[in-house]
Amino acid sequence: MSSTTEAPDTTAAAATAAKPKLKTSAMIASFADPGQKTSNAPFGHALVKAAQENDKIVGLTADLGKYTDMDIFAKAFPERFFQMGMAEQLLFGAAAGLAESGLIPFASTYSVFAARRAYDFLCLDAAEPNLNVNIVGGLPGLTTGYGPSHQATEDMAIFRGMPNLTIVDPCDSVDIEQAVPQLAASDGPTYLRLLRGNVPTVLDEYDYTFELGKAKVLRGGNDVVFISSGLMTMRALQAAKALAAHNVDVAVVHTPTIKPFDAETVLKEINTDRLSVTLENHSVVGGLFETVASAVVTAGVGKRVVPIALPDQFLDAGALPTLHDRYGLAVDRIVAKVLAELG
Amino acid sequence: MVLTKEAQTQETNPDAGETSAQRVERVSAAAYRIRHHALNMGEVQGQGYVGQALGAADMLATVYGDQLRFRAEDPHWESRDRFLLSTGHYAIGHYAALAEAGIIPVQELETYGSDDSRLPMSGMSTYTPGMEISGGSLGHGLTIAVGMALGLRYQGSKARVFNFLSDGELDEGSTWEAAMGAHHHQLGNLTAMVDINALQADGKTDTVLRTEPVTEKWESFGWYTQRVDGNDVGALLAAFGKATSQAAAVGRPSVILCDTKVGRGVPLLENREKAHFMRIEENEWQICREQLTAGYQGKASA
Repeated sequence: MSSTTEAPDTTAAAATAAKPKLKTSAMIASFADPGQKTSNAPFGHALVKAAQENDKIVGLTADLGKYTDMDIFAKAFPERFFQMGMAEQLLFGAAAGLAESGLIPFASTYSVFAARRAYDFLCLDAAEPNLNVNIVGGLPGLTTGYGPSHQATEDMAIFRGMPNLTIVDPCDSVDIEQAVPQLAASDGPTYLRLLRGNVPTVLDEYDYTFELGKAKVLRGGNDVVFISSGLMTMRALQAAKALAAHNVDVAVVHTPTIKPFDAETVLKEINTDRLSVTLENHSVVGGLFETVASAVVTAGVGKRVVPIALPDQFLDAGALPTLHDRYGLAVDRIVAKVLAELG
Repeated sequence: MVLTKEAQTQETNPDAGETSAQRVERVSAAAYRIRHHALNMGEVQGQGYVGQALGAADMLATVYGDQLRFRAEDPHWESRDRFLLSTGHYAIGHYAALAEAGIIPVQELETYGSDDSRLPMSGMSTYTPGMEISGGSLGHGLTIAVGMALGLRYQGSKARVFNFLSDGELDEGSTWEAAMGAHHHQLGNLTAMVDINALQADGKTDTVLRTEPVTEKWESFGWYTQRVDGNDVGALLAAFGKATSQAAAVGRPSVILCDTKVGRGVPLLENREKAHFMRIEENEWQICREQLTAGYQGKASA
């Protein structure tokens, strides 16, 4: 589906003089900034490309093909696409069965349904036998204004406890394009926090390639180190630029693979005199912050780590810019928080 | 085709040259041995899901002794039919059937449920040769079977998928998600076999969650539906025969609803108050075996 059929995001409306209240946009609003370089449906196109090179790849969805960019694959390979209906237990049980038969399934739905509704099926049918089942979860964290029914604010917290599961939280279209073939090539189950529709293209400006299981230092800085994943890496880079205007020099370390976690790279960056801040599009419970915190404590590193994350609560419905500002994911809020920490 | 206990291979239905009476006799003998194995395993553990194994023995014997195409020495043979045990706790019966089929050694059965055994109390694919899935969390098997049937068909395989589930699993919504999915995708290579022993963990099925009318439910989901006495080998063979004759890569999935009796073949247990986890005293195991053998020999000589 082309994202042009969706209602536009309402960021621009904020600029109008009367300051009307922003409106909750379509189910999936783009979090791209106005004028930002984007790529359309990077997951769908990456899956098609991977499938052209590997005839074992198949796709399936639970009535959300259009909303997870799986429709691109379905159109390219109709005989390799299986619509399972709005039945997430079947979706992932069948994905496991497809993997048992020797295929490499990518199964998409929203993150809330994968994590909350189908956990038992993923855990026992895919993870326990360590099958190459690739879970593709739309609307991770706070990427929709529809409220708790659709906001997967605790998906990583749920999934991190699942043995054998690899968890990837990509920043942008570059990450997604490069991650998909690596997920297909890796043994065992994976969970991809999908960004869909018009996805920002950010990491092409850095000397960066996605490597499954690796954290990458995107930029150096003397005063602060950001450890970030997902779309918050984009915000971290923007905040780093903004903080430069305040003479604060910020390093950014991108950790797209949450599990297994590249503690070595991250600890090397944290174990300095700089202020350490984690940034994630996820609850402060059970996500990147706690992953980093446990690595720090396990290594005996006596460092404070400041979390920038969603609060441990059910979030409001509303427009994404409003909500990102309210819950501290917006660039201005990040900048303010860092300046306050630095005193 | 003569089945031997060692390294048997059953790549086609083994009924060539048999009269139907001989065929029933052969499968009944397999069911008897499966029951015997299950009692021996239960005795080693001092407990176990013996009642279910005895009840399902005729279904398992029919499948492993007559229907499945497999190579005992190569459990991962690509063209094998897949038998999925959704009810993980029926593993005791399944192990007995795997031993009967020559996939695991009979002597190994005595390790059932012991530390470091390949035969855990609840069946898992990661432990046991010939165990296709890790069952036990009920309502999973048929969803996996749908994917397996889709995947095999897509890859041009002629293999069929048999999913064994229990009537208790009809409580699970996922079973019905899978039932719809199998019909939607016209998985004619899929056969479900439901052990209707009318018993669940908390009591009789009709007191726990009423699942009847079961036949009408499956029919309305678009499945080729048969309901038989699951302890009548002749009836089972006929039903599986009909299911086989209408099996196709693209077509209606088929279900065989099998009414069975917990503890079947051992009057002491058949008449005991029905329980999900049947308690059998130490001195009773030998009585059970004797009753089983007497009943089998009585029937065979009748």
